[in-house]
Amino acid sequence: MPTLARSLDEALATIGDGTSVLIPREGAGVAMAATCALIRRGVTRLTLIATPTASLQADLLIGAGCVEAVEAAAVSLGEFGPAPRFTAAITARAIAMRDSTCPAIHAALQASEKGVPFMPLRGLIGSDVLAHRPDWRVIDNPFGNHDPIVLLPALKPDIALFHAPLADRDGNLWIGQQRDLALMAHAAAKTVVTVEKLHETNLFEDPLLAAGALGGFYLEAVAVAPRGAWPLPLPDHYPADEAHLAEYARLAATPEGFARYLDQYVHERRAA
Amino acid sequence: MSGAPPETNFRAEELLANVIAGLIGEARHVAVGNASPIPALAAMLCRARGNGRPYVSVLGSRADNFFSDGGRELFDCAGQGRVDVFFLSGGQIDGQANINLVSVGDYQEPKARFPGSFGSAYLYFVVPRVILFRLEHTRRTLVEKVDFISAPGTSPANVYRPGGPIALVTNRCLFAFDRARARFSLTSVHPGHTVEEVLANTGFAFDLPDQVPVTPAPSPETLRLMRETVAPALAPTYPKFAATVFGIESRPATATVIPGPDPGQREALHPGEGARNP
Repeated sequence: MPTLARSLDEALATIGDGTSVLIPREGAGVAMAATCALIRRGVTRLTLIATPTASLQADLLIGAGCVEAVEAAAVSLGEFGPAPRFTAAITARAIAMRDSTCPAIHAALQASEKGVPFMPLRGLIGSDVLAHRPDWRVIDNPFGNHDPIVLLPALKPDIALFHAPLADRDGNLWIGQQRDLALMAHAAAKTVVTVEKLHETNLFEDPLLAAGALGGFYLEAVAVAPRGAWPLPLPDHYPADEAHLAEYARLAATPEGFARYLDQYVHERRAA
Repeated sequence: MSGAPPETNFRAEELLANVIAGLIGEARHVAVGNASPIPALAAMLCRARGNGRPYVSVLGSRADNFFSDGGRELFDCAGQGRVDVFFLSGGQIDGQANINLVSVGDYQEPKARFPGSFGSAYLYFVVPRVILFRLEHTRRTLVEKVDFISAPGTSPANVYRPGGPIALVTNRCLFAFDRARARFSLTSVHPGHTVEEVLANTGFAFDLPDQVPVTPAPSPETLRLMRETVAPALAPTYPKFAATVFGIESRPATATVIPGPDPGQREALHPGEGARNP
């Protein structure tokens, strides 16, 4: 049973310098309040692994100097354009980038889910994505005839970090349709979660809720953080704060503007 | 309608959607990625014409998306051959239909960085009919050789590849792609554009027939269907596009609710969810 943390910082204690952190795509439940707490604490040398893409969360952590490496199929602010601090860090060679493709990340996480060392995946052959991934292998399909196929080593992050609508007192989560969050929790060594609020009865006792539940067995710590995905959306609960995201895109276009954003919205923001 | 003057009262988006709908043709399942309102419009137009077929999966949509098993499901579905048509684009696209979604210049020291390859390095191989769509038709985007191959246009014969590109649609014209020759040919030039303009703005060599027709305008029936039936269905997923192109003012994205048998059950699932919305 996970720790029901009294504060964000307590829940995030397992995310130290050098941790590899698995993060969800922007519409699935990003732990933004927790991300701001990590920046306030000054964590460094994180490896971010996106499931399978990242946006504001990665851009903030990169801009704040918390990140050493990123593995993702894409990093952008979606309809608000390029992720400016990510782009600046890549062109300045300030972070290591492991370019991937969406199903490769899903498949490599599924390998971890199953406890097997690798997963084969179609496609990729002849791409520069593959050419720049010395950790991936091409073998001849042992069941085929001169049929090359890519093998991806299992992706085993230290910590999965995400935000979900509900947790019960036993530490079970309600993730609804966001099945990628279950994949993340299954694949990572440990999982740290923030939730909108606590649910008073056991989620597995209600068949409607149980269909979208994830067992607390997988979790290390849970903290309550109302509106903890803001300014990103929490599916079925609140939409993206589009005005705020537009302001972020505008400010983060320059290092000075990004520093102002951090001062205004991250460092001065009261811990939830 | 023979003899009638060509319909000129349509928007570029409507023309492009009509072109793409023609390329989709017969299909069981058309999937549309994020940030692709014109391909989504085209796919939903095909569905409206086909009385509900093909299945259309619009990523980011609630109503037009049957996936229930996370991000993997689209890719697993495609890997099985259950997706017939998909759309891809590129920061650069070259004459062999290689696409680049990663960077310009040297990969290690790029002059410009794009978001990344998304699912292209896989879907380009396994979806039988991939339609390339790039509105900006310039020598900056349509290049002789891409700086980074997110996904190659063609593959050697022994590489498993049931899929690949069939066409490239731009703001100026339609190209068809010949996989055996790894080469584009100019199919038609959109109304108001010229072959000379296409030649001047394309960085790669392509086959040029003696006669290049003008891209046919959407029929009045197609325009009516798009405007009255398809655009309102697209609006919840692409509100800005629907407002700009079709003047449809939709409810904002806050109108998300858990589908359920009755409102009381929704309340039980998410007590007070509305109260937290700004």
